Amino acid sequence: MSKVIVYCEHTGGNVRRASLEAIGAAASAGAEVVAVLWGEGASVAAASAAGAAKAICLTGDASFSPDAVAAAVTEVIQSEDAKGFLAAASYRGKDLCPRIAAHLDVSPFADCIEFMAAGESFQVKRPWLAGKALATLGTTGGVLCATTRLNVFEPVDGPGPSDCSEHAVSAPAKATVTSTEAKADAKLDVNEASVVVSGGRGLQEAANFKLVEDLAAAFGNAAVGASRAVVDLDWRPHGEQVGQTGKTVAPQLYVAVGISGAIQHLAGMRTSGVIVAINKDAEAPIFKVADYGIVGDAFEIVPALTEAVKAVKAQS
Amino acid sequence: MNIVACVKRVPTTEAVAKPAADGKGLDASEFQYMISFYDKIAVEQAVQTKEAAGSGEVTVLTLGPSSGTKEIRECLAKGGDKAVVLTDDDWQSRDARSTAKALVAQLSAMNADVVFMGRVATDRDNAAVGPMVATYLGWPCVTDVIGLEIADGKGSAKVETDAGIETVEFQLPAVITCQKGLNEPRTAGLKGIMAAKKKPLEELAPEAIENQSDVIEVALPPARKEGRIVGEGAAAVPALIDALQNEAQVL
Ligand SMILES: Cc1cc2nc3c(=O)[nH]c(=O)nc-3n(C[C@H](O)[C@H](O)[C@H](O)COP(=O)(O)OP(=O)(O)OC[C@H]3O[C@@H](n4cnc5c(N)ncnc54)[C@H](O)[C@@H]3O)c2cc1C
Repeated sequence: MSKVIVYCEHTGGNVRRASLEAIGAAASAGAEVVAVLWGEGASVAAASAAGAAKAICLTGDASFSPDAVAAAVTEVIQSEDAKGFLAAASYRGKDLCPRIAAHLDVSPFADCIEFMAAGESFQVKRPWLAGKALATLGTTGGVLCATTRLNVFEPVDGPGPSDCSEHAVSAPAKATVTSTEAKADAKLDVNEASVVVSGGRGLQEAANFKLVEDLAAAFGNAAVGASRAVVDLDWRPHGEQVGQTGKTVAPQLYVAVGISGAIQHLAGMRTSGVIVAINKDAEAPIFKVADYGIVGDAFEIVPALTEAVKAVKAQS
Repeated sequence: MNIVACVKRVPTTEAVAKPAADGKGLDASEFQYMISFYDKIAVEQAVQTKEAAGSGEVTVLTLGPSSGTKEIRECLAKGGDKAVVLTDDDWQSRDARSTAKALVAQLSAMNADVVFMGRVATDRDNAAVGPMVATYLGWPCVTDVIGLEIADGKGSAKVETDAGIETVEFQLPAVITCQKGLNEPRTAGLKGIMAAKKKPLEELAPEAIENQSDVIEVALPPARKEGRIVGEGAAAVPALIDALQNEAQVL
């Protein structure tokens, strides 16, 4: 059984769900998983790395250096003789993976939606052109390095590793994170949420996003997304933009309000589980990918939908 | 300052994907091309960095087809001083490693203080070449930068991560990959367009490096199941709730 090293991000003493999904991806290919964690609280969080046979905590400088950590993870991959490296396709994972790949002199794969065994090695399936096509890829390199798209793989339902060994980060830091300004609120990120409610130019002005926020709040586990048009108008931050030049999301439920469904927007959300569209134009392209559509005025429909969702949630 | 902006010619975002006949790539016959969205931000940042320093030179570096000079001239019209094109008509099928290594071979001879790239090229979406180039060169790299200050051989960058806004400090030379929000790319004026025609554009053959990533199959994503309009106006809300609860079971 080939080994896969999974870089696990953690907060508050627990491995993040996105990283648990990356372990799930490795496990789905039958690999033996070694979790690698960095930073304060790593040894505590390691126990929650469900599906990992063992954990290795990186120790050293208190401030994070992407290049020094990438070098240390590379050492672990080599000393464990692993044939794969995975991380979540989060900021951190996407930043580290190509650095590690360069150390190993292999070509990395971002945002994978499938991870399969192929002899001693692995194969991945990943989007090209923001998901307009899907490529199945293997490697002739010694280690397959990849990041896993959020919300695609299932975490392993099982125990975490019982102990955590240590590996020192020894490479000199070239770039160092000197401060982090935490987010004002603990808002869910669009590519992490299981429900995304997105608004577009049809909402007419920034203040009307209250409708979308209220609907997201009614669902409870939802994030607010946006089309590029409203990000360009400065109604919403770029972090919420869904599409080819924003984030690619695959929630269980995607609700598009007043969004026409331009090809660049569809690229970012068409693999969502269920798509609902609310648009006053029955000919809007968004209806072509929607499972359920309501034609009409968002200002009338969305408040009614919010109340109805609240009523359902109150019952359950 | 010696500044390099790396750009890639990619299919426009309107492009429709069609697998090639052999199923190992995309049929490019109907593609129109553009400089990748984020690479335009990289060019702008390079020009602004030179302007702030008061002197220096911006080289636009690309690996692409010999016929792709129109898009490269556009970068020169927006303030690049000269261009180096590593010509490879098969540029679209290069993997991240072979592209990075060809750029590294060129950059090693260029003596740059800072190299700007887009955060991701909007064709293969790997977001890999910037951090790979930096790693091969042994340079610091900051990815997805939304704020940047460079002075006295040092830099400080802001990036948005899942945790919040991080400040990252580093020494030059460095590779910076640019995220939307870092700047507003300028449009080229007539004067710039005229001047660009006379700016030096050097074509070189890149090192031949075999791909490591092995394309097994390229296919279209499975078509979505046919959907339906559940009704019109607020009156349709109960039907939608019913469908979400009982049919789709997501509520
Ligand atoms: C290089 C490039 C990259 C791009 N990247 C992205 C990207 O990442 N993400 C993205 O989203 N776009 C992207 N775009 C832009 C894209 O082409 C569209 O312009 C954009 O998605 C349109 O946003 P929209 O649907 O909000 O606005 P519009 O297209 O203006 O649509 C508004 C919709 O609202 C409906 N509407 C109006 N009033 C109401 C009402 N009262 N009730 C209900 N419905 C109403 C209208 O019928 C219409 O369908 C990109 C474009 C380019 C060129």
